[in-house]
Amino acid sequence: MADLFLAYESLFAFVGINGLLALSVYATLCCGQLSLANAGFMAIGAYTGALITLRAPGVPFIAALAASALAPAVVAVPLGLPVLRLRGVFLAIATVGFGEVVRLFFVNWDYTNGALGLVAIPQRTHLWTIALALALALFVLGRLRGSRTGYALEAIREDETAARTMGIHSTGHKLAMLVLGAALAGLAGGLEAHHTFMVAPGGFAFGRVVDMLVQAVVGGTAAFYGPVVGAAFLTVLPEVLREAGARLGLAPGPFRLFLNGAILLAVILYLPNGLVSLPERFRRRARGAA
Amino acid sequence: MSLSLAGVSRAFGGVRAVDDATFTVADAEVHGLIGPNGAGKTTLLNLISGLLQPTSGRIELDGRRIDRLPPHRVAALGVARTYQNIRLFAGLSAADNVVVGEHLRRHAPFWRRLLLLPSAQREERAAREAAEALLSRVGLRERAGTPAFSLSYGEQRRVEIARALASQPTLVLLDEPTAGMNPNEAAAVARLVREVAREGRTVLLIEHNVRLVMEVCDRITVLNFGKVIARGAPAQIAQDPAVIAAYLGDGS
Amino acid sequence: MGQQALNGVFVGSIYALFAVGYTLVFGVLDILNLAHAAVFTLAAFIALALVDAHLPLWLALPLAVAAAGLIGIVLERLAFRPLRGRADSNISGLISSLAMATVFEAIALQIFGPDISRFPQGTFPDRTIQIGGASASLLQLCIVGTSVVLMAVLTLLLKRTRLGRQIRAVAESPRAARILGVNVDRAIAMAFFLSSALGGAAGVLFGLAFNSISPDVGRSVELKGLAVIILGGMGSVPGALVAGFALGLIEVFTVAHLGSSFRDAVSFAVLFLVLIARPHGLFGRAAAREA
Repeated sequence: MADLFLAYESLFAFVGINGLLALSVYATLCCGQLSLANAGFMAIGAYTGALITLRAPGVPFIAALAASALAPAVVAVPLGLPVLRLRGVFLAIATVGFGEVVRLFFVNWDYTNGALGLVAIPQRTHLWTIALALALALFVLGRLRGSRTGYALEAIREDETAARTMGIHSTGHKLAMLVLGAALAGLAGGLEAHHTFMVAPGGFAFGRVVDMLVQAVVGGTAAFYGPVVGAAFLTVLPEVLREAGARLGLAPGPFRLFLNGAILLAVILYLPNGLVSLPERFRRRARGAA
Repeated sequence: MSLSLAGVSRAFGGVRAVDDATFTVADAEVHGLIGPNGAGKTTLLNLISGLLQPTSGRIELDGRRIDRLPPHRVAALGVARTYQNIRLFAGLSAADNVVVGEHLRRHAPFWRRLLLLPSAQREERAAREAAEALLSRVGLRERAGTPAFSLSYGEQRRVEIARALASQPTLVLLDEPTAGMNPNEAAAVARLVREVAREGRTVLLIEHNVRLVMEVCDRITVLNFGKVIARGAPAQIAQDPAVIAAYLGDGS
Repeated sequence: MGQQALNGVFVGSIYALFAVGYTLVFGVLDILNLAHAAVFTLAAFIALALVDAHLPLWLALPLAVAAAGLIGIVLERLAFRPLRGRADSNISGLISSLAMATVFEAIALQIFGPDISRFPQGTFPDRTIQIGGASASLLQLCIVGTSVVLMAVLTLLLKRTRLGRQIRAVAESPRAARILGVNVDRAIAMAFFLSSALGGAAGVLFGLAFNSISPDVGRSVELKGLAVIILGGMGSVPGALVAGFALGLIEVFTVAHLGSSFRDAVSFAVLFLVLIARPHGLFGRAAAREA
């Protein structure tokens, strides 16, 4: 059993990191905002953590991680104030733009070696660090349910105008969730940087935030743990099916992409509330048949 | 809570939806707002609740100017409302809808929930109980767990009223609360409105059910084409030639 | 200066062609079709494959464009039609188009591989023409010409034909259009055909212009395309046209004066500026802010 664990430690690590990233997108989705800025936030967090570790080696890891979470959270505020006023697809586009600007910034910044990025980052992330971070994130998001804030977020998602006339300061709440999402993405970035030894702008392109969104949606945003389920499913599945894909003569890259796309399409069309809504579906089907 | 409008106008492009409206609603009064379709009644409610800003004029609550405030600040001053097209949170249950309405009254700092303090749990339970009590008041306690979208039209309107009362408002704006209701339901709403006024709350009521308005309201303001064409007690309004002309001439 | 203006017009014509299709679908369905860039890429590859199979370019181009149009119809049927009427159709449509984009990209990657492919030598005659003090290749002029012609055809189609009127009616209000007897399903399918055909044409022209086709070639254009449709105003075809050329010119002048590392950044700067100052862009009418 321990051997199996060791062999798949890297896989579990990525499940954990992707879980954090999916939760970071969920943070804004749960109040009805589609923010696609998180690849940018992740980049800021990853570079912050890596720079601290490389340039100030005496600083304890936990401080570097805290900085990874804090830096993008701070950036999220001046971004959110003008951008959260935009509706739906305009917010999505503005945040995609932000993510790209961040990536281009790092591509052109000589201090961080531009497109080559930072390398030889000591591996300070352990599986338990990731698990702890994930557990913390799940705890915080889970405690939202039933709280005054949680109800306000759901109201904003369902009907922001009506929510405002009930005294809910919708912009404030949306900003808070944007900041929380940024912190989570930054934390994940810091963890990943210290797990994969390197940070480069290429890892934070638009495709990255698409992955996060796909995992959150496939898992299901109706429950706070849904995105983690989605992340686990979509991180593990390509590995499991890699054999099958190879036998079909498909290269692993395109195969993984195709799976992602096909699963996402199937989910959005037939299971819009994600994997976490499956048990409810079965129960209803069973009751209907009975 | 008294409400006063002075010279309030709201234009959309070249069209004046509300044109120089002036009237007052006294404290703890049930005040009717009637007029043919398109007269500007809902626009007026939107102006009062802060969803729209007047292009000219003043709106005051107990002498305090509110027409430049965002909706959540107006609500914080004690204003609650329902909507002509019903704006319940469709995916939430009836009880959850009412709990959202309690937002301004709940004081539960999030850190208490993070520390799993029992006071946070108690607060949550109290909020849910208060919601169920309000649902009882509108006769819907058994429907507390039902998702809002599967409630009947009349039930949805009643949940909306319960949700509006959840914040313990001092001014309640009701936009056609009995539309689509059968006479029994409508009568129950009328009774509730008078009860709410007896509790010391002010009610501004838009209604097409003219008979209900005459029975329930202390005073009435009549709008047509955005302008106030009559103000006064129900008996006066019923005789007012301008009002009669507006309703008969419109054929609405 | 004249040379740069010419280059700006050249690059801008491709942006405009791409953006016009993008904005057309948004105008009709109120949904951002994120698979548009994938169709752009696929069309370039299809044209390349046809030319490699010894078809002359003047045949390969329209065939690739037609194929792109057909892909658009399939896209609409698979990913958008089932979602119509759903409450959250904006976000779910976005996600659905993202799914299809991923599938298309996977197909392109599998069939053509990740490396850069090029059109064979001699696909297009290599001639340079002098205009005023500036020089342009025959290829560049043909690309600008083709883009302009295609966009003119679309504009005429939308304004003068029955189909165009139907599409505009559906864009205005699907319910009203249906009551007036318009076959809404067909109108939307045709809008997708046109949109994807133009996006595909942009892809083929782009492939010819820069002679560097790879599965992720749509990515950078996609994001610039967003900047263009935001600047032009979501849903406005003339807006996309004007904004496409404008962005091309802005880009070229920025590179000339600030250096090439700013080329991509400038389109995002434009994007942000517009979204913050005037979200509905130059000609748009959609309400971009909350009530």
